[in-house]
Amino acid sequence: MLTYAVYIALLLFAAAILLCLYRLLRGPDIVDRILALDTLAINLIAIIVLTGILMGSNILFEAALLIALMGFISTVALTRYLLRGDLIE
Amino acid sequence: MFLVELIISLCLVFGALIAFIGALGLVRLPDIYSRLHGPTKASTLGVGATLFGSFLVFTFFHDGISMQEALITAFIFTTAPVSANMLAKAALHRQLPWVKGTQNPPKPVGNGAEQQSAEN
Repeated sequence: MLTYAVYIALLLFAAAILLCLYRLLRGPDIVDRILALDTLAINLIAIIVLTGILMGSNILFEAALLIALMGFISTVALTRYLLRGDLIE
Repeated sequence: MFLVELIISLCLVFGALIAFIGALGLVRLPDIYSRLHGPTKASTLGVGATLFGSFLVFTFFHDGISMQEALITAFIFTTAPVSANMLAKAALHRQLPWVKGTQNPPKPVGNGAEQQSAEN
């Protein structure tokens, strides 16, 4: 039962990533694209964690932590560039 | 053990469903100010539920307690509101159009400039 649940969750997260890619390609403004990139990073963390459950090892969680960190920092840097026109003054 | 497996499966499927609904809101909602709601709230809850299910898996079916999930969950729950706030500030600063019928719409001039001067 657990394997089926993991497969269903992987399918739903893959569909969510496809929707984020649609918004990333289509988005009318750059803020939409940054938002789609942030959501894509968050969904990717869940995909990595589900893959770790399937493999039965927790060696992938450091990668998930790194992706969470990089997603947040890239979002903040891009929005700060939009707000101020400069990153480090 | 069957009960634990049932709870884990419910956590995983519920979290994935909520995250999918959040991504659907990212595509379907009309303007950027309402599009901010979907990912920042629904996806955070969905990924949090998935990580809680993973925490239960590695606590009950493997030896030891896995603390990385708690770390990732805390990090996501801390940083999602900050990035949503920054994105909303950027959208106000660029004066993006909002959908017709918005209550208390953002002021056409001044709002982004005021925030920027207050930040300085």
